[in-house]
Amino acid sequence: MIEIKNLVKRYGEKTAVDNISLSISDGEIVGFLGPNGAGKTTTMSMLTGSLSCTSGSITVNGVDVFDDPMEVKKQIGYLPEFPPLYLEMTVKEYLNFIYDLKECTQDRQAHIAEICERVRLDDVFNRVIRNLSKGYRQRVGIAQALIGNPKVIIFDEPTVGLDPKQIIEIRTLIKELGKSHTVILSTHILPEVQMVCDRIVIINKGKIVADELTENIDKVIVGARQIQIKACGPEKEMLAALRSLNGIRYAETVGEREMSSYAMLVESEPGVDMRKTIFGVFARNGWPIIGMEAVGLNLEEIFISVVDESGGDDTRKKQKKGGR
Amino acid sequence: MMAVYKREMRSYFVSPIGYIFLAIFLAVSGVIFSVTVLQAGSSGSVSDYFTYMMMSFCIVLPLLTMKLFADEKRQRTEVLLITSPVSLTSMVAAKFFAALSVFLVGFVCTLINLIPLYYYASGTPDTGTIVGSLLGLVLIAAAFIAAGVMVSALTESQLVAALGTMLIIFFFVFVSIFNFSIDSYVLRSVLSWFSMLDRFALLTIGRFDVSAIVYFISVCFVFLFVTVRIYEKRRWS
Repeated sequence: MIEIKNLVKRYGEKTAVDNISLSISDGEIVGFLGPNGAGKTTTMSMLTGSLSCTSGSITVNGVDVFDDPMEVKKQIGYLPEFPPLYLEMTVKEYLNFIYDLKECTQDRQAHIAEICERVRLDDVFNRVIRNLSKGYRQRVGIAQALIGNPKVIIFDEPTVGLDPKQIIEIRTLIKELGKSHTVILSTHILPEVQMVCDRIVIINKGKIVADELTENIDKVIVGARQIQIKACGPEKEMLAALRSLNGIRYAETVGEREMSSYAMLVESEPGVDMRKTIFGVFARNGWPIIGMEAVGLNLEEIFISVVDESGGDDTRKKQKKGGR
Repeated sequence: MMAVYKREMRSYFVSPIGYIFLAIFLAVSGVIFSVTVLQAGSSGSVSDYFTYMMMSFCIVLPLLTMKLFADEKRQRTEVLLITSPVSLTSMVAAKFFAALSVFLVGFVCTLINLIPLYYYASGTPDTGTIVGSLLGLVLIAAAFIAAGVMVSALTESQLVAALGTMLIIFFFVFVSIFNFSIDSYVLRSVLSWFSMLDRFALLTIGRFDVSAIVYFISVCFVFLFVTVRIYEKRRWS
């Protein structure tokens, strides 16, 4: 569906996008993840044909973006970071304008009505956009991207500035859209990609530093996994039991809690999941586990570790020294 | 292209700017007419009316063009036009024609001014001269609007767009005035080539000058072409 090959974009001396190659197939929801200024928006601008590249190529459905931008633009729905809304128009007028702008051929009334139902805009259909809340405005922006039923939909930071309820609604909507469209989503909010996307592409300093299916993303992390356990029982015996287990590298108490429970940090060998074993041992000894959570498995830390790795050794060393 | 044109036309008359423009335009033209023609009481002074009308464009036309691109940038809707399957040329043309249409609405209204000329003023007005002058005014307005379109594409502030447009229009209108103080013959003739006042003067005294018409239309095209290039350049920067 989308083929990006050796894409480079330079602004004078600065390289914003540095030799990115990526292939996205039909119906995938791909998340572009990266810190601010990583080159996400630049890549998306090139993908939507609003920016040229220094070298490389992008083809959408076999059509080259730089050779035939008009054809590609017809296949892409784009929601920029700031939804491009004419505040003085009503939702109805605005969507009709977009319909004309994109020279759609669908049945106007039915098409717009269907999209409004899908993004739940029916209530505000005749209201002026200026008077809508941020959440509704974002939905109008999404509706705009959907008009003409493009095969590819690109969202640039779609949930920024929304309240938690709206964020959940928008994410659910994007996930739903992924069933019938190819979706590209850029964000720096990490749980968002984890929740919404099938595949995560991490970009830093214009380069792809990781490209994994969401469920495999933790594999890119180097080093061991850590688990924090809270259990009630005698401190020394519990630690001894943990340390005697095969596959455990390290165990230490990190704090005492009320009801004579202890919090312990356990580090296992790379790639070994010790949680079931630990549960078994504690259960046999009659030490109730009241909490067990994986530390260092969330996307934030994967992200930092991956980005640091590509960012040079200095930062990585610093982080290791600093510890947790 | 029609979509952009329709939206622009609509936005002129949803916001007060379209009405403000028309009100100022009609008021100014009325004042100019009464000062130049009615008080003189002679149809011979109608050429003054057209000259002052042209000068009034310096003030009123920037009101019309200032928002065209500047406001898109401020509202961040520009990206919508750039990423939709509309060519830059038709985007620029649509905005130009929208502003031109609103101008023409006002301009047609000012034609009412000319009615008393035929009924009450002494002497027979020269219809040929009047038609030539009117055509000249429309062409000059088109050139100025094109200049306004270009300046508007350069800034996101409507105020800067309006003032910048005024500056350019002033240059074109008054450049020949400075000619008296310039010694170099070459420079003088180059500057007078640019002067719209000189070219327009020929039309108001009844000389139908094809080169003037070609000149106005080319100025118009150059400004619109530069606008398209501004957007192209941004894409390739």
